[in-house]
This record gives sequence, C-alpha cells and structure tokens, in this order.
Amino acid sequence: MMRSLAAMLLVGLCALGQAQAAGNRGRDDGALFEPIASVVMSPRCLNCHQAEAPHQKDMGVLHAQQVVRGKDGHGSAVLQCAACHQATNTAQGKVPGAPNWHLAPLSMRWQGLDKKAVCEQMRDPARNGNRKTGAQVIEHMKTDPLVLWAWSPGADRTIPPMSHEQFVQMLEMWAAAGMPCPG
Amino acid sequence: MISLNINGKLVKVEAEADTPLLWVLRDELGMAGTKYGCGAALCGACTIHVDGQPTRACVMPVSAAVGKKLGTIEAVGATPVGQRVQRAWAEIDVPQCGYCQSGQIMAAVALLRAIPKPSDKDIDQAMSGNLCRCGTYPRIRAAIHKAAGQS
Repeated sequence: MMRSLAAMLLVGLCALGQAQAAGNRGRDDGALFEPIASVVMSPRCLNCHQAEAPHQKDMGVLHAQQVVRGKDGHGSAVLQCAACHQATNTAQGKVPGAPNWHLAPLSMRWQGLDKKAVCEQMRDPARNGNRKTGAQVIEHMKTDPLVLWAWSPGADRTIPPMSHEQFVQMLEMWAAAGMPCPG
Repeated sequence: MISLNINGKLVKVEAEADTPLLWVLRDELGMAGTKYGCGAALCGACTIHVDGQPTRACVMPVSAAVGKKLGTIEAVGATPVGQRVQRAWAEIDVPQCGYCQSGQIMAAVALLRAIPKPSDKDIDQAMSGNLCRCGTYPRIRAAIHKAAGQS
C-alpha cells in the first residue's frame, strides 16, 4: 500500500511539474486527478454517491433493508438513514455513523461513471452543488464530516489509499492547476 | 444524571453517555416492551420513535436522545393511529412468535402517520428494516392496509 501511495504522490508531483513547465496549461493535465480518483472512487465515497439507493461494503452491494434515496437523500418517509446511522460509529464500529448521514444529491451521483466523468462532474457547477471555483469544489472534501468519516469508518472497513492530509494536498494541486480531467 | 422525555414524561437516569438507549429503557427503566434482537440495527426489533421517526434504540447512544421526544410500544396504544394498528393486528392475528412485533407496530404506526393510505411500495420502503423470522409479512401488510381503512 505504501508503494502504491508513493507512486500516486509521484504521479501527482510529476503532473504538477509538467503543468507548471507548460506555463500553467490549465485543464490539459488530467494526471493530477489520478490520486484524487483513487480516493473518491473508493467504496467509502462511491457507496453514497449513488442514484436511487445507497450501496455498502467494500464490494459495493446494494444496501440491505431495501434502503432508498427518498425525496431528499435521507431515506424513505419513515425509514430514514438516521434510523440506524448515528452521529458517530456505534455497535463497536459495526454501524457506521457521522453527523447528517445521507446520500449525495442526485446531481452528484457517480454511479456508472468512470474517473474522467467523475472529474467532469466535480467541476461542473450544474452537477456539483453550484460550486464555481476550485476552492469551493474541494471544500466539501476538505471539511465535510461525512468525507472525514472515510478515514475512521469503523470495524474492518477499508480506508482510502492515502491520508486525508495527503488527499487535501492533491486536491489543492488539482484546483490550482484549473481542475484538469483525464483525457 | 441524564433527562429523557419518554412517552410524554420526563425521567432521569444514571447512565454513561454512550450507553445504548435500549439498555436504558429495558434495564434502567424496566420498559421491556422494546426488544433486543441483533444489537446492530439490522433487524428492527428495538424500534422506537424519536421525534416521530422510527429509530433503532440498540445503536442510539442515550446522550443522543436528550432533548428528543421518545415514544415506545408501551404508550403507542394511547394514540388514535396506534389504537387502529393494535386493533388490526389483533383482528388479523398477525404475530406468530411475536418477538419482532413491537418493532413492527412502531414502524407501522409511524408509516400511517406519515402516509395515511400507504401503497404496497410505501409499506415495503417503510417496513423492510423490520425482520420477522416467522415470515408474517403478508399479515403485517394486510394489517397495515386494514388499519388504513383500505382492506
């Protein structure tokens, strides 16, 4: 894992170097998104960026109990996410929890998207919660408790392949380069 | 000392902040109508109402219940919807072993308050977190329709 992490960091740093060498080519260098994709396309993130129902577990199976998105991403009328998901992990970590547990908005679903499409979604204000600048786009991933939960998910759930601190560094490099996406 | 609003009454309990609410209800307060099933929010036997929403008491820290209105099976018959559900349950003779039924009834009452005339799909989406190992699901569905006046 450490080796792959180092490789990703290297890719990110090389990509930044290339972007700078090319005189801030802006959106041309999609390699900067590679380390970000390795995090946001991990099951801790993907499982809740779904369309009609959350997924769960590392293999991303449909959530048990026929849980659905409901009208506002918090579940059906009387089977809400908060019926089980508290503000913290509970039951010795078996039941994951963070404040305001819910699905990502429908416009931000990543179900069926490849990393290029996820990247394009993230920088599209029509599909990212009307976030227009790079700083606005990466704010959610820097500070949202639901995102931070991915690094302390409880039980034996896997965590993203780099630390949150390293993830933030990658995000800031990507935003500074104009949010380039893979070709 | 922790103050809780349970079935409209304020009660004080001695408990650690992270003690599951179900333990407080059953062991500290002797309210054993709410059942322990899996202890991990997988079966629904411990369903109570928290501000009207069905919630699994086995995974809710008691500290998270402070300031909320808690409703349990012991008081559900004091409401019109609860009475209708109880009557329908008895008329159709829903339970077999009965262990899951207090959770089923709490979920059904919350459903009928939110959606007075639920479709089968509404019932599925509300009740699918409440398991019944005797398989009384067809009778649960029928009783919900009956309580809604659409049998």
